Order: sequence, then C-alpha cells, then structure tokens
Amino acid sequence: MTAPLKDITPAERARSTSFYEASARTRLDLLLDAGSFVEFIGPEQREVSPHLKIFDLPEQFDDGIVVGRGRLDGAPVFVAAQEGRFMGGAFGEVHGAKLTGLLRAARQVASIPVLILFDTGGVRLQEANAGELAIAEIMRAVMEARAAGVKIIGLIGGRSGCYGGGGLIAGCCSALAVSEPGRIAVSGPEVIETNRGVEEFDSRDRALVWRTMGGKHRRLLGAADVFVDDNVQDFREAALELLGLVGPFGLDSLKAEQERLADRLRRYGACFDAVDIWTAEGIAHAETVPELPADQFIALADRIGRTSRDAR
Amino acid sequence: MEDLRFQHRVRARAGGTRQSAIVGVVASGNLEVLVERVLPDAECALDIKTAAIGFGEVWTAVIGDFVERYSPGGLRFSINDGGARPDTVSLRLAQAVRSIAENGQ
Amino acid sequence: MTLDDILTALFPDGHEVRNDKGVLLGTATLRSGDSMLVLGVADRTALGVDEAIRLSGHVLRSIGRDSGPILVLVDSDSQRMSKRDELLGLNEFLAHLAKVLIHADMNGRPTIGLLYGHSAAGALLATGLATRVLVGLPGADPAVMDLPSMAKVTKLSMEALEEKAKSTPVFAPGLSNLTQMGAVHLTWSHAAPLADQLEALLADMPAARDGRDALGKARGGRLKAAEIAERVRDLALQAR
Repeated sequence: MTAPLKDITPAERARSTSFYEASARTRLDLLLDAGSFVEFIGPEQREVSPHLKIFDLPEQFDDGIVVGRGRLDGAPVFVAAQEGRFMGGAFGEVHGAKLTGLLRAARQVASIPVLILFDTGGVRLQEANAGELAIAEIMRAVMEARAAGVKIIGLIGGRSGCYGGGGLIAGCCSALAVSEPGRIAVSGPEVIETNRGVEEFDSRDRALVWRTMGGKHRRLLGAADVFVDDNVQDFREAALELLGLVGPFGLDSLKAEQERLADRLRRYGACFDAVDIWTAEGIAHAETVPELPADQFIALADRIGRTSRDAR
Repeated sequence: MEDLRFQHRVRARAGGTRQSAIVGVVASGNLEVLVERVLPDAECALDIKTAAIGFGEVWTAVIGDFVERYSPGGLRFSINDGGARPDTVSLRLAQAVRSIAENGQ
Repeated sequence: MTLDDILTALFPDGHEVRNDKGVLLGTATLRSGDSMLVLGVADRTALGVDEAIRLSGHVLRSIGRDSGPILVLVDSDSQRMSKRDELLGLNEFLAHLAKVLIHADMNGRPTIGLLYGHSAAGALLATGLATRVLVGLPGADPAVMDLPSMAKVTKLSMEALEEKAKSTPVFAPGLSNLTQMGAVHLTWSHAAPLADQLEALLADMPAARDGRDALGKARGGRLKAAEIAERVRDLALQAR
C-alpha cells in the first residue's frame, strides 16, 4: 500500500490497481463507492477458525473472508470477498458461515443483490468436513436467495482462482465476470496430476492450465458472461453491467441450462484441447487466443456471442 | 505456534481518531496486524502469535525500534505471523500506525 | 448389502431403476402406491460431465410431469478428475445437478439422499449434500478428503492425523464424523425393513429450510457455524 494520493479519483485508482494483486480488503474498498463499505463481524471481533490450532497453524482474524454491505453507483449491495493468500482462500467453518449468513439475509431482504469476490482453492483441508458442508449450505442459500429474486454476481480474478467447491458455488450464481487469471474448475491441476498422472494433466505446463481453466476459455464457452481486464475498475463496471442484465430465475432457467450444457457436450465432447474447441467455434488461428490483449479478446468473445444469460 | 507479548511505556499518544485498523495477510513470510485504540495514552502493547518459533530476541529488537520511532501511545497491536522477516514486520507495523492515524471510524 | 438388495428392500412393491455404467435412473413404487423418482451414482463411479447431465435431465423431465419425492442414491468416487471434464466446465455440470435437486426440493418434490457406499468432494456436493435429508446406511464410507492426501499436504504422518481425528470430527473421513457435523441427518438400521424406515421419514419430513448448521451444533460437531451465520444475518438485516 502506498500513501493516499490526493489528486487521483477513486476510479483512476481502481483502474490502476490489479485485482489479481490486491488484497480482499483493497478490492472491496475500490470496487464499491468510496467509503461506503461496512463490515459484518470484522477482524476486531477475532472470530478465528476454532480448528487451525489443532494443526498448530496460524489464524487470521477474519478467517480469510470479508463480508458486509456497501454501495455500487449509489445502490445498496451485499458483498463478500475471499482472501486468496490466507490458506488459499479455502472454505472453513467460520469462513463459510459468514457467507451463508449474508446470503440468508439477502434472501429475506430480496431486493439487495450480492457480489461474491471469489478467490479460493476450495475446501480447507484441515477442516474438510466443515468446509464441505459450508459449501453445501452456501449453494442452498444461493439458490434460495435467487428463487426469492436476488441477483448474485460472482467476480473471479484472484490468485487462488475459483476451485473445488468454489467452482460449484460460482456455477450457482446468476452471472459471472472473469479476468484472464481467474481460473474456474473443480479439480485443480495438481490434484488431477496427483490422481491421474502427468500424462493426463501436467500441472507445471502453465499454458495448459490457463487455456483449460482460465478466464478466456470460460468466457468463450459462455460459462462466464463478461471478460474483464485485470483491474478493479473493470470488475466494478462488469458488476454494474451484469446487475442490469440478469433476469428472473426459475424452472425455465434450469431447463435452458440443461440444454446449454447438453449442447456443449454434443459440440465439444470429443475435443482434446481448448484450442480444438475454439477452432470448432470458428476462431481463425485459435492458438493465438491466449496472447490476445484484453480489448481484442473481448471483441472476439462478443462476436462468438456465447453467454449463459437466462440459462443458469 | 509461539505466543509473545510486549508492553511499553511511550512518550506520546498516537495520532488520528480511528478506533481500529487492519493491514497485511497471514501467509508464508507475511503477517497481519490488527491495531486498536484501547489503552491509556502512555502505553502500548503487542500480542504476537507466530508460526516461527524461537525468534523472541529478534521480535524484541524490531519492536523496540518501532516503539521508539513511532511512539504508538494508546494502541494495542494484535499480530498473526506466518513467519515474516523482520523488515516485513517493521513495514506492517508502520502501515498499521499510518492506517489508524487516518481520520474516520 | 448390494445395490439390488437395497432397492428391493426399499421398494418391495417394485421399482424400475436401471444402472447404466454407474448412473442410476428410474422410478419406484412406494407402499402408499405413489411413485418416487430415483436417481444416483453407483459402483463407486466418478461423477463427470457425462454422468451429471443425465442425472439432471432425469429430474428436469420429471418436474411438471410427475409428483412425489425424489431419492438420490450415492455410492460414487469423487468428481471425475480429468482434463476433458474440466475443459468442458465440470463445475457448471455439478452445480447444475445440485441446483436442479434444490429447485425440486423447494417446489414440492422433497429430496432424500441415501449414502450407501463411498462419496467425496464435488460428487458429494452435487448429490447427497444437495438434498433436504441425507441418510446414511451402516457401512457407508464418505470421505470429503482422504487421509493420505491430507498427510501429503499437511506434512503430518498418518498416525498423527489419526490421533488428531480422535478429538474432532472436523476433518477425518467417515459417516459418524459427517453425522456429527450435521451433514448426515440420520442413519438407518439394517435391523428394520428399509421400506419402513423410508416410509417413516416421508411421513415426517423436516421443513425445506436448511437446518444443518443447527444440527451440527446440537450434535457438538460444528459449534461455530450456526452462530456466525445468524450473527451475520442479523447485522445485514439491521443494516437495511
């Protein structure tokens, strides 16, 4: 952190701040209207994990997630931001329960949307049962809130990506915005390699990781609705855009999603690599997609035109 | 994990009106510092939980320098340390004092 | 008990549940004469994109056409760990299956999960943990994370982990740990007919709201979750 610069606007500061590099608190600070954030159960409450001491591991006062309310262009929002550097942003008992409580409130209020800034490796190993169950409760709470009319937007672009149960929660959201480093998957590269061998997935092949799980591929598939450059202002604008686009949720959304995913399997089920899928989408020189600058990529993705809108 | 506790008499109250602030993150080689304005003006205290065992003397030196330089009167620092180097500790402590010295809640 | 034994014991009045490469799809007849939609994963099959889309499709076709409760049988591996499944967006397929089950449960089709074998990680989230009531059968061996993998990551010996597991249900595998946490609502007994136990549960289904955190607290396995969620909820409601 640097000393506050008085002569630049919040938007300029947000534009020049990498979402990937920023902490959860900085992301919220710059994403929301200046000074509007109010935290629920902040670090001074010291609600740390009750389980890490069993493993003689250090705790964090907020257990790696910041939840609260704020304003986005003047309108109230509930927000949750995971800190991907603390235990990989993984879900533990306290960490998960903070998000569950926020979603249950959103369901009751029904009119205030929720932004979830994912940054997670999935379940926290040292409290695996509690973390797994927290994710199940969050998924249930997301769906109950959406059924009550709440819009839930996931923003994905952190260091730890959005893996494991985090990927499933993301799949439950109304819409997602993703940046290039925002990987979304269930099994991480190392997990696949450990279980299936390096021939199945070479986790050290970073180009393979990015094109299989990274934001560009997810955007081209239509798994994410908006692709943004890696800065907090772009995520803010994407959140505002998505809040304006998300329609109501109901049985029709799930039927449309069934068709969307079945169609994806029919089209690309035999593809071996992301480049094969992109080529099948009609992208010339698909192998150059990973190098495309954000603006050119966004134009390409918009031309391909796949989204999950009203089908998730 | 090792718990360390330091208490110092200081010459002056820390500036600003904020009641608390938090900086840093708990990760390998990093630490978080929660600072709260809860003590009498002439006192400061630091409670440290560190993953690196046996560095009490280094902490004593780093904190002695910090208290001398910043005179953080009235502040209690609660630190979760993932095994940060002394320069990182000094940096975070300074950031914590700067953060709570801002005006606000 | 084999899957066939379990199905026969649950549905003495008959069932049409087919096992196609580990994917269970069908319907069964309850004692009342009503029908129950049945789906699931058998033979410790990994849950990948191909399996998940068939399961979610089975439920969606039934919604609006049929009525009655839904049973999800679970003896699965973890999610399928492969390049192809991740390439195609496995997280969306698993989430979709969970969403369809939750939607059905919230809209008049109460869901019961029956964990009769293994399950883990993403597969458990998309099946048993997405139902209203998760029942265990004696001998089921769910493992959110297996101890060898945990030993590798935590750099602790298996012995050390097993020792720690004696004092807390929070991380180690097993049905009793998941029960204490509030994930598994009840365990049926082989001493009584399964059909009777199913009937008793259907006659006394809990409300559709998620009470697993309170259950985990009452059972002493998860002491913080319910309280933290409640406090955040209250603060958020006050903040309006």
